[in-house]
Amino acid sequence: MKGAMSAPRITRVAGAAALLAACALPALAAPGDLGPVDKQPVNLSAIGMFLAFVLLTLGITYWAANRTKSTSDFYTAGGGISGFQNGLAIAGDYMSAATLLGLSSMVFAKGYDGFVYTISFFVGWPIILFLLAERLRNLGHFTFADIASYRLDQGKIRTFAAIGSLTVVCFYLIVQMVGAGQLIKLLFGLDYNVAVVVVGVLMVVYVTFGGMIATTWVQIIKAVLLLGGGTALTLLALSHFGFSLEAIARSAVASHKDGVRIMGPGTLLADPVSAVSLSLGLLFGTAALPHIMMRFFTVPNAKEARKSVFVASGFIGFFFLLVCILGMAAITIVGTDPQFFEGGVVGGKLIGGGNMPVMHLAKALGGDLFLGFLSAVAFATILAVVSGLALAGASAIAHDLYARVIRKGEATEREEMRVSKLASLVLGVLAVVLGIAFEKQNVAFLVGLTFGIAASVNFPVLILSMYWKGLTTRGALAGGLAGLVSAVAMVVLSNAVWVVVLNNPAPIFPYEHPALFSMTLAFLVTIVVSKLDRSASAAAERDAYDDQFVRSQTGIGAAAASNH
Amino acid sequence: MSNPVYERVRRNPKFHELVRKRSRLALGLSAIVLVAYYAFMMVVAFAPQTLHAPLGEGSALSVGFPIGAAIIVVSWLLTGVYSHFANGEFEDLNDDITRETLR
Repeated sequence: MKGAMSAPRITRVAGAAALLAACALPALAAPGDLGPVDKQPVNLSAIGMFLAFVLLTLGITYWAANRTKSTSDFYTAGGGISGFQNGLAIAGDYMSAATLLGLSSMVFAKGYDGFVYTISFFVGWPIILFLLAERLRNLGHFTFADIASYRLDQGKIRTFAAIGSLTVVCFYLIVQMVGAGQLIKLLFGLDYNVAVVVVGVLMVVYVTFGGMIATTWVQIIKAVLLLGGGTALTLLALSHFGFSLEAIARSAVASHKDGVRIMGPGTLLADPVSAVSLSLGLLFGTAALPHIMMRFFTVPNAKEARKSVFVASGFIGFFFLLVCILGMAAITIVGTDPQFFEGGVVGGKLIGGGNMPVMHLAKALGGDLFLGFLSAVAFATILAVVSGLALAGASAIAHDLYARVIRKGEATEREEMRVSKLASLVLGVLAVVLGIAFEKQNVAFLVGLTFGIAASVNFPVLILSMYWKGLTTRGALAGGLAGLVSAVAMVVLSNAVWVVVLNNPAPIFPYEHPALFSMTLAFLVTIVVSKLDRSASAAAERDAYDDQFVRSQTGIGAAAASNH
Repeated sequence: MSNPVYERVRRNPKFHELVRKRSRLALGLSAIVLVAYYAFMMVVAFAPQTLHAPLGEGSALSVGFPIGAAIIVVSWLLTGVYSHFANGEFEDLNDDITRETLR
């Protein structure tokens, strides 16, 4: 037991830590799965570069393993990541393979509409810093359940929050595993099952031995490689057009079948309800992804945490702008070159599918070696993301369910560590099995589901527990359940499941993203039930808000977070 | 049953000053970003032609590109503004409160 208020730790103040991020984007942007793809010839230069990355990260894992002694080391790298490093790691979380492939292919296909998507992916950042980061940082210790259960019923709310986290983690893992298998089959020419097993094994090794230290460094290295590769490719593309954006645009207009219409908004987001629902899901779903919230706790103090958000959003914004330039350049360079189309038919089906423009661009501008490099980076990206997910899942199982709920805080650090390592192993096996089971499935709906659940189940309880004194345990449970049921129902009745998976003629729920409706419902139910709750425990929970508020603002007592 | 330490913080006028100043900045900056973004999205939905206008005489680039890029860049600069104040003035205030509370 640490002295609840012992002095100097207070400086753990707030922070904005930051982080968020996510790999989230993957599939929203690019409808998640790549679809069935044809296996390509084995790409030796890509495999060689990927092996170099794996050796380097395994070396780091070995080094990190010697530094991972306590649960704090394991979950949060002992708070020893600097603001700049953490900023890069957050940016790495946000710049997934699907950001690079999905957003650029959207610009390639739709022009300006793809750019609008890119902007939507970005604007959640400042909001999360302004409204969430500081309080998250001050109230949480290892998991978001720490915050949600701060003044509510430990057993019930922590269990509920942990299950919400695990659900999101598992769905998201499936999406990433299936995406990894397809991408690797395509880029490396390896068998789908081999790819899934390789990802699963490496993920378990990074997480169980290296914990958050290794996971963070894998993410940092990948972020640097991705930023470097993206910048180099953009410079090559710009030089192709004499460093003139105007030349890229004029050439794109001349090459694209939609001509000048690609220079402004088209039909993709013409419906404001869809646009708002999508943006709400992105904004708040991203903020409530468990592996992202974990990053709020890995820096030593609030100053570093805020700095890391600033660094992260700078890199992310820069990268997103690059991705749009790449998409535009690909319209001309890839879109008019028969070697990139099946059967050499320009305007037909792109070799490898719709997500490939930026990869073809790399080959066109930088040759096979550059393509190999970018492929290796894409693989590394998936590895980094699944490792973060596995760590978040392991913390929900070991820290929330095992140590806090089952053992009621009586478990020793050793026991908790052992359970968390076992949990990451189980999650790894589960991810491989599910990844293989879902190979032929269309998993795009899982992305909608992941974000729908994060935004409608985890987010309302998180934000209300921090901002609303009136929240009670009953209200949080009822609202969370309403959010869960409505989000799942709307996704099942939407085009992605009702039509694509279940083969019905028309969707019953007309929009792709449920957040606008399911999140609103979750908030309403939470608020109404909390207001009606007259129990004695509810009164105590409301009273506890004032102390929580002081801590959320000042960070006083934050170091003892989960030990009180 | 309030914790006496927190009680002491609440009696400190600097705490209320910190909360007021920081909330005002956070809410103000959030409002700028959200209003700008949703205004942009409404133009995309209801008046898309506005963004199709060429950037200059005979230009292929439309005004939509610099406007979109500006939303990204300005949002990022605002995170810098927030960090500047939160890591400077507010952090000092917070340190004062902590020191006075735990003295």
